Amino acid sequence: MKKLILRQKYLIDFTLSSLKRRLAKNLGLLLVYTLIVFLLASVMLFTHSLRREAGIILESSPEIILQRLVAGRHDLMPAEYLDRIGRIRGVTRKAGRLWGYFYDPAVQANYTLMVPRDRDLGQQEVVIGAGIARTRGVDVGDFLTFRSSDGRAFSFRVVDILEADAELVNADLLLVSEGTYRDFFGIPADRFTDIVLQVRNPSEVRKVAEKLTVLLPDARPILREEILRTYDSIFSWRQGIVFVLLGGSILAFVIFAWDKASGLSAEEKREIGILKAIGWETSDVIRMKFWEGSIVSLTAFLLGFILAYLHVFYGQAALFEPVLKGWAVIYPSFNPTPFVDGLQVATLFFFTVFPYTVATIIPIWQASITDPDAVMR
Amino acid sequence: MIELDDVKKAFNQGRPNEFWAIRGVSLRVDANRITVLKGPSGSGKTTLLSMIGCLSRPTSGRILLRSRILSGLPERFLTEIRRKTFGFIFQQFNLVKGLTVLENVMLPAYPLGLDHQPLKEAALKLLGQFNMESKADSKVEWLSGGEAQRTAICRALINDPEILIADEPTANLDTRLSREFMAIIRDLKQQGKTVIVTSHDPVVFEYAGIDTVVEMRDGNLAEA
Repeated sequence: MKKLILRQKYLIDFTLSSLKRRLAKNLGLLLVYTLIVFLLASVMLFTHSLRREAGIILESSPEIILQRLVAGRHDLMPAEYLDRIGRIRGVTRKAGRLWGYFYDPAVQANYTLMVPRDRDLGQQEVVIGAGIARTRGVDVGDFLTFRSSDGRAFSFRVVDILEADAELVNADLLLVSEGTYRDFFGIPADRFTDIVLQVRNPSEVRKVAEKLTVLLPDARPILREEILRTYDSIFSWRQGIVFVLLGGSILAFVIFAWDKASGLSAEEKREIGILKAIGWETSDVIRMKFWEGSIVSLTAFLLGFILAYLHVFYGQAALFEPVLKGWAVIYPSFNPTPFVDGLQVATLFFFTVFPYTVATIIPIWQASITDPDAVMR
Repeated sequence: MIELDDVKKAFNQGRPNEFWAIRGVSLRVDANRITVLKGPSGSGKTTLLSMIGCLSRPTSGRILLRSRILSGLPERFLTEIRRKTFGFIFQQFNLVKGLTVLENVMLPAYPLGLDHQPLKEAALKLLGQFNMESKADSKVEWLSGGEAQRTAICRALINDPEILIADEPTANLDTRLSREFMAIIRDLKQQGKTVIVTSHDPVVFEYAGIDTVVEMRDGNLAEA
């Protein structure tokens, strides 16, 4: 056993010195390999944490959102619908919501205006998302002026800036009082944007939704799980697009690795011949080359993954932000909680280290079965 | 010690460029002797030497080492015999560039999985015997021809083989270094080694310490 370990140690030592001797070639390979792992790992880590963050945020949102449809279009919800819903078994709370979009020509961006349920705001007070604060360059105590739908100017004093934790969804959010909201958009007092319902038992949600469809035929219930699923597929789709784009580079890398391995230099072939002539077995040579490949690929994998981790969780995934987060003007400053999924790491490992190993093993085997007497000729 | 019985070797057999390098050689090499295979270029010396050293197999005929037939053994066993029984000194020395003298000397022992410290000490001792200790940490590409050959000799001896095989060892050396090499060979014989050398250099085959000279021509023994 000890002999076996020592033998492997000698092989690794020799491999390391071989790598050092062909430093330029191996550094080039390591660089390209690391870059590929970095790109793939960045996309994986980023989309995964986006999905996770979206899920966490939506967990606190209501189970059902009820929207009224007129000719297939979303319309304002009459307040009397709250009474028509009445008491449905399983529904613990129901409330009308007021929210909408506002286009700010000053920065050419859309804001989301909303009336908060858990916060009382004065007539001229506004709470803004961190994205708006950044884009407009305002802070608490500053004023923001917007022109309403009927042309009147509304001045708001910023009383608070929303927490950066949930910036993914509140970057472009403006919270105003109910009175101000209705006045600003000209929405009558007996209308809401939609109705939200809380259902405590998850297995009752679908049943409640069915009852709502019967009670209010012109309304459409949207379930939280559907929103989650939509988010999930949107992020998966975007991840897919990026992966397709990266597919080309992966292929190029496989060709590159194959070329590097199959194009063993005359010097390397001669070296293999010498080793065999002085008593190394074919399996020793293959093992040595296997260690060489493992050292390169594991180093590249670790480096690439660590760089991707830093890029995503500490560098705000600067490279992929626009594609993966969405095509908004106000980009959320998004700092996801560092999180690594074991299965994802394993998948990435399989898609990067495995092709490299396959691409290199055959040419190495071909070189290692060279007749040892080749060095005599 | 080593017996060759009607050994033949063909290259590219069955193809239009088929070539018989050895055409039926029967030979006996005794232990603790210096045997020189002499002959012009293309006479088959190196091919015969590579078969004796288990670097290749004969196309037909038998090679026996202490009555054990080598010619039919599978590659793995041949490698093991090669590692334990033979030490090789090649014409071009075939040292691995980029490695130090010490690393080159230790290289044949790596597959044995020996403890590092005793192995290093053995290698340094060998280098000391050949006045190469001061060069232990030098890269082999910085060595002179004589130094490179002494390194190659140390490498050939690291596994303490019974038989030393040298292919045209003086081809890249001047007369003084060639004589030095022959003195080393004589000392090794005195230490109990069997040495087989191929050469067409008179400094080698006319050397006083040689026991047997076998002349070859066109793949056959000249006297045959």
